[in-house]
Amino acid sequence: MKQSKKWIKGMVLAFMAAIFMFSGSMSWAEDGTIKLGVAGAHSGDLASYGIPSVNAAKLVVKEINANGGVLGKQVELLVEDDACKPEIATNTATKLVSQGVNVVMGHICSGATKAALGIYKDSNIICMSPSATNPALTQSGDYPNFYRTIASDDAQAKLDVDFALNVLKLNKIAVIHDKGDYGKGFAEFAKKFLEESGKAEVVLYEGITPGAVDYSAVVQKIKRSDAQAVIFGGYHPEASKIVTQMRKKRMDTIFISDDGVKDDTFIKVAGEYAQGVYASGPKDSSKNPLNIKAVNAHKEEFKSDPGAFYENAYSAVLAILNAIEKAGSTDYAAVSKALKTEWVETPIGKIKFDERGDAIGAGFSVYQVKDGKYAEVK
Amino acid sequence: MDWEYFLELLLGGLTRGSIYALIALGYTMVYGIIELINFAHGEIYMIGAFTALIVASVLNYAGMNHVAVAILAMVAAIIYSCAYGFAIEKIAYKPLRNAPRLSALISAIGMSLFLQNYVLLAQTPDFLPFPSLIPDFDFWEPYAHIISSQEIAILATTVSVMILLTVMIKFTIIGKAMRATAQDRIMAALVGVDINRVISVTFVVGSATAAIGGVLIASHVGQINFYIGFIAGIKAFVAAVLGGIGSIPGAVLGSLVLGWTESFFTGYISSDYEDVFAFLFLVLILIFRPSGILGRSETQKV
Amino acid sequence: MNVRGELKKSFQISAWFMFLTFPILVIRVNTVENVIEWRWYNMAIVGVSTFLGSALWRYLLSVKEKSQRINAASPGNMTSFQKAFSDKRFFYPALFILIGFVISFPFLFSMYQANIMITALIYVMLGLGLNIVVGLAGLLDLGYVAFYAVGAYSYGLLNFHFGLGFWTTLPIAAILAALAGILLGYPVLRLRGDYLAIVTLGFGEIIRLVLENWGEFSHGPSGIANIPRPSLLGIDMTLTQNTIFTYFVMIGLVLFTIFVVNRLQNSRIGRAWIALREDEIACQAMGIDRTRTKLTAFALGATWAGMGGVVFAAKTTFINPASFTIWESVIILCIVVLGGMGSILGVISGALVLTLLPEYLRAFSEYRMLIFGIMLVSMMVFRPEGIIRNVRRTYTFSKE
Repeated sequence: MKQSKKWIKGMVLAFMAAIFMFSGSMSWAEDGTIKLGVAGAHSGDLASYGIPSVNAAKLVVKEINANGGVLGKQVELLVEDDACKPEIATNTATKLVSQGVNVVMGHICSGATKAALGIYKDSNIICMSPSATNPALTQSGDYPNFYRTIASDDAQAKLDVDFALNVLKLNKIAVIHDKGDYGKGFAEFAKKFLEESGKAEVVLYEGITPGAVDYSAVVQKIKRSDAQAVIFGGYHPEASKIVTQMRKKRMDTIFISDDGVKDDTFIKVAGEYAQGVYASGPKDSSKNPLNIKAVNAHKEEFKSDPGAFYENAYSAVLAILNAIEKAGSTDYAAVSKALKTEWVETPIGKIKFDERGDAIGAGFSVYQVKDGKYAEVK
Repeated sequence: MDWEYFLELLLGGLTRGSIYALIALGYTMVYGIIELINFAHGEIYMIGAFTALIVASVLNYAGMNHVAVAILAMVAAIIYSCAYGFAIEKIAYKPLRNAPRLSALISAIGMSLFLQNYVLLAQTPDFLPFPSLIPDFDFWEPYAHIISSQEIAILATTVSVMILLTVMIKFTIIGKAMRATAQDRIMAALVGVDINRVISVTFVVGSATAAIGGVLIASHVGQINFYIGFIAGIKAFVAAVLGGIGSIPGAVLGSLVLGWTESFFTGYISSDYEDVFAFLFLVLILIFRPSGILGRSETQKV
Repeated sequence: MNVRGELKKSFQISAWFMFLTFPILVIRVNTVENVIEWRWYNMAIVGVSTFLGSALWRYLLSVKEKSQRINAASPGNMTSFQKAFSDKRFFYPALFILIGFVISFPFLFSMYQANIMITALIYVMLGLGLNIVVGLAGLLDLGYVAFYAVGAYSYGLLNFHFGLGFWTTLPIAAILAALAGILLGYPVLRLRGDYLAIVTLGFGEIIRLVLENWGEFSHGPSGIANIPRPSLLGIDMTLTQNTIFTYFVMIGLVLFTIFVVNRLQNSRIGRAWIALREDEIACQAMGIDRTRTKLTAFALGATWAGMGGVVFAAKTTFINPASFTIWESVIILCIVVLGGMGSILGVISGALVLTLLPEYLRAFSEYRMLIFGIMLVSMMVFRPEGIIRNVRRTYTFSKE
């Protein structure tokens, strides 16, 4: 009996020790570096949107550190995953704050960004996203510490609608979305702008279920609505399924979409059916020397082409570090001022930020698939 | 009434239903034998599709002719899916045969999570284009806009797989052993049925149908990623329950009903609430027939 | 032990796995770029690791079988852990240490640690709630997340439209969630087993899809932002202070949950649930009202999810339907089963393991979900009854 008690005591002691060890404080202060947090989806089904931003941050920081760093200090990267989930994003944000980050590049998804921003705001940390496009992030005024290097959904919807009305001169349009944060937001704005213009009629407004095995019923519905064009809000996997099925049913309805579709994978998947599809995307900057340099650096380091939002993330890191350099410190007010006043050369062009945090100089243009490539429509 | 539109929706629902059926058949077989919701079944379907994609790309690269590539890819997918099904049963379910049923369910969920991430890490998180292994036949071209040759292939396969499975279960020795095991595992063992073998065979056959489904559906949809198994798996499971889980014709009927429900609801009302309606319909059917459309209602014993 | 036989077996298994993982691990195709990459080193890794792994696996299985045989000889045995808890001389000091640790936790460690502990405590509450439905009443519920969503959206919407605070919403959300529980309970009264599971799964998805599509009501997929954190008499708190405050709020709520669930378990209604789980027909024959018992199980289970949802909304300050997918239900179910169905202590440890583990596995970043999956399988294979087995109440008859 005595022996068993000893054993139990030992076990509980070990248990307690394990708890202490596990929760051992993670915040080690390391002065003399500038800590740049990188947060976003690095695992799970949205990892392909987050990983390129990590690569971009690594490349920029490597180069800057090799050239002596910022303000004579080395830049240290703290990379944390949020899987694009708001609940994990708050943990990610508090972890970064506890580790003493100075600025954050991220998060990738709008929902996760909104959840994390409150924590950054209370800790006076600037946060710049390469990909969160929800309009409320900058337009609501709730997040003064937020900046982004991508245009918001409404700007993009406006561009697509104007293109459909004024260039293509259409008057019957179906608006389809994927029920997601990004797709539905875009579609709602597109519908609103179409109705306000009074030039065209929205003949169909529907949400499809992402990941479904086929969309033949929706395609039939589009056919029956006699729409001249479909404006689609969402990502390329659904877009390619819809386009393929429309073309297979011998419908030549015009397909206009957002920058979730302006991806080379879309053309590869939809093949010949992709021909003629319009999609808006960030202004063509492939001839920008900085852009060429950024893309080549990625090819050299990771032996592959950069993925989605790579240029935006690259630009965001450059903009943040430039602002710290110009501000002379990592102080919140000084860096904010520098972001809003100092122009900086980036792969997406020469940018600075307006009062709300949107990038001036980062715009959208419309592209069309021609011979297996996206070509800017002039 | 617009008859052409109605027929188009009917055909669309039929295709969708057959797709669900190809996955639901495996679900229902495994459930019939060991009463386990095999959460990893969707993953086997995904692995089948990935294997076919890999084999087809390698062979295409080697410059083989199109028909041979399609056949070899299909064979490889079936072999590998069967192997995975077999291994999964041995690792994750066999040690749990006498454990509480929920433990086996959690084990299945863990397996599903593992396989998804295994493929994600070993291959890619992105969508990959899947080559169309079933060519568009020239002679069918005039009718292809009504129903494509791939859709016909899916329909034909579903029907033949269903018939083959029914024949196997009704008329072969192993089928008899399966029915015995399903009814009473201990009693079957007492009269000399090798239970381990019967369960293994069930998993292998179920996985083979998943692989066939995986290749056909992937080449119809044209793209795959590691997550397709989970989404399709849930729907197929709903279909199997709708038809009466454990019953082979029930799985096909349930799938078709689900496919049509979704298609007509989208066509005549709105696709916004497509899934909501599908689930409400399921609840409604189960209220009136608590064991599904074709399920046997079991007498309760104390 | 037959070493040669074991070696041969390991060798066979390793060869089998090398075959199994060949196409997916060795060849990587990229059909976008049309490149094929051969990674033979992966095959070597798989070969060696499965060789060792399979030996370990079989050894552990044999250990488990042995212990099962011992357990079978003396049923109703408590584990040493549970024995320790029933020993008073040991129980009180341990309890004091635990209380001291719990109180000092947020001050000892960083805000991040306190924050993930809040998450873990929310899951403790959810686990205990689901335990009523699954562990006690034996009703397999795969749509538990629906009630969690009801709670979170109650706070989000009531605050957005009427400016109601955290403390006012907490009871309202609990009531709303309980009503949702009854709403779900009614149509599924006749269903059992997996039919029940699939209908509850459907219910969970229906709630999420409605929140996603009915934009006028729920703000759709873009969600509700700027939900206030819990307040204390209107005092302004910094983020760190507020995290610590939320932590203690959550500790209080969890203690309250444990107290109520514990009382319920031993009450008339708790016994009725257990009777229902063991045998529905016998239970009815004993004069227990099946309808009422089932509905109370659903309603009382849902209540905790509703309250957990409120804390979740307050902690994240942002909610959207994407947080309430079926995976969330599955994780909560895993907590209950992995911890040990029916056992309060088990559910608590299950929740701590399953929510803290992914956070501490961050170092493994992309491998963490893979490890998580392996862990679920091996936990279930080696301890199918959960971390802490529920001790069935036994009455011993003595002649004194």
